[in-house]
Amino acid sequence: MTGAGNRSRWWLYLLLTVALLVVVTPFIWMVLGSFKSNAELRQVPPTWWPENPTLENFGQLFSRLSFGTYFRNSTVVAVVVTVGNLLFCSMVGYALAMLRFRGKRLIFALILGTLMIPGVVTFVPLFVLVANLGLVDTLPGLFLPFLVGPFGVFLMRQFVLGLPKDLVEAARIDGAGEFRIFFQVILPLLTPALATLGILTFLGSWNNFLWPLVVAQTNDTYTLPVALALYSTGQNEQQYGLLMAGATIVVLPVLVVFLIFQRRFIQGIATTGIK
Amino acid sequence: MTTATSPRQGTGSRDARRSRSSRPPGAAREERAGWLLTLPFLLLFGIFTAWPVIQSVFFSVTDITNRDLRTPFQVNFVAFEQYAKAFGDPVFRQAALNTAYFVLVGVPLTMTVALAAAVALNTGITRFRSVYRLGFYTPVITSIVAVAVVWRFLLHPDSGLVNTVLGWVGIDGPNWLGSTTWAMPSLIAMAVWRNFGTAMIIFLAGLQSVPQQLHEAAAIDGANAWQRFRNVTVPILRPTILFVSVTTAIGYLQFFEEPFVMTQGGPLNSTISASMYTYQQFSFGNYGYAAALSYLIFVVIAIVTALQFRFLSEKED
Repeated sequence: MTGAGNRSRWWLYLLLTVALLVVVTPFIWMVLGSFKSNAELRQVPPTWWPENPTLENFGQLFSRLSFGTYFRNSTVVAVVVTVGNLLFCSMVGYALAMLRFRGKRLIFALILGTLMIPGVVTFVPLFVLVANLGLVDTLPGLFLPFLVGPFGVFLMRQFVLGLPKDLVEAARIDGAGEFRIFFQVILPLLTPALATLGILTFLGSWNNFLWPLVVAQTNDTYTLPVALALYSTGQNEQQYGLLMAGATIVVLPVLVVFLIFQRRFIQGIATTGIK
Repeated sequence: MTTATSPRQGTGSRDARRSRSSRPPGAAREERAGWLLTLPFLLLFGIFTAWPVIQSVFFSVTDITNRDLRTPFQVNFVAFEQYAKAFGDPVFRQAALNTAYFVLVGVPLTMTVALAAAVALNTGITRFRSVYRLGFYTPVITSIVAVAVVWRFLLHPDSGLVNTVLGWVGIDGPNWLGSTTWAMPSLIAMAVWRNFGTAMIIFLAGLQSVPQQLHEAAAIDGANAWQRFRNVTVPILRPTILFVSVTTAIGYLQFFEEPFVMTQGGPLNSTISASMYTYQQFSFGNYGYAAALSYLIFVVIAIVTALQFRFLSEKED
């Protein structure tokens, strides 16, 4: 390595480190802020480390507000949505990629067509439908519309196309039924694709905001983002400590999941391009 | 299930061993399995996606409000009245302008930051590479609502971190979210911070496909780093750039949570977005109007996507 090369590299490291600090500072500040009192958060100039660290903010979230319920709702909805997508989308993806049946081209065209349609287009009629089904302000109302999605089918189909067709033929000759072939031969091979779709779906559901905002209307069905948004814009706007703690509760679980699965996660983003 | 199908399986495999003539072996079985595997999806997809898509067209040409919730088909046909209303609505016009501002400044900015980060991580960095990548990516996975709440405090005029840091270098920072001039740039800065990680990861994947020999050949011909980036990397990355610009623009055109949580569209409607205004009209019970507004957003998304494809692929020849 030449001296000039080393020097430019040194600058690059410095630049990247400054950028990294800028990017992660809001999170560090959020977590530190959740241990500060309201008074301290209002202090000018602001403090960095909490002067008298307190857990009171978190205590109040769960005792005075119902963050336990919101947390449960967010978890139930995200888990059901994820399981639904993994199961149904892999079934369709397999059928579209491997099986010959009438109408499959039409089904695929329909799925591709709706892939482009943004959520904002359907939320008004979807709300009217869900209201008529009596599902407003219920957990099924929150998860039913998201149990399947065109993106998951597309992802699964592309992945199944890469599997050898002989596998299915061989299993058929061995006398396995079509469903057995899917569940025992194909599904285990789909693990990488299922992991990617699973992580993306869970995250999308956990962070989803517009639909739960419309459908959840009482304390019993609020999800974490809805509760946090409504709480932060009401007359509680000045409850800085509670809001920092609330934001931490919303962000921390996915941050932990992300750190555990980050390799798979980033692979998924790189290959699918969807957050 | 297995017991019911076992006799058919027998014939299927015997067929397979026999001739592979006109009809493929086990075709009926495959046909049935194909439909059974697709059925649950089709039901859910039909009810909760396809049907609402069709219905949204219908709603947008009616005067449906929340009073018609129980009888959504006994409403008056008003043709394009709702659309006409949108064009004459000064708040919607403001919202459309704000959204355009957000997209026109936000998308290029996001892509520039993302590309710079990707190139920096792709050249000469061996140590801590994954640490930087992880760090840059963390904002993407977090809830935009939580992030918006945190940023509201970061941007607080007195006790916020941003103005404190600016104060160190002698700058008297503005009341970011309370100023009609600075509220939108604040939201854009936050959006760039939150979203560039996605684009960065996709660019990084794209950069891996740039052949190293091309760079070396260009370097021998005397091209400097910028010329190599401009004339070797960018042309090869063009499909990736197109993809990222389209998906980022689609996302930004629907921008909603940021103004909803941080500014409530204010001050003086300076940050209200088209999606947020649509949501407001919906929550006032003006379903027909909200449906028309959401269709206008959709049409703009479709046009922008088509334009991007045309603009960015023409240069290829």
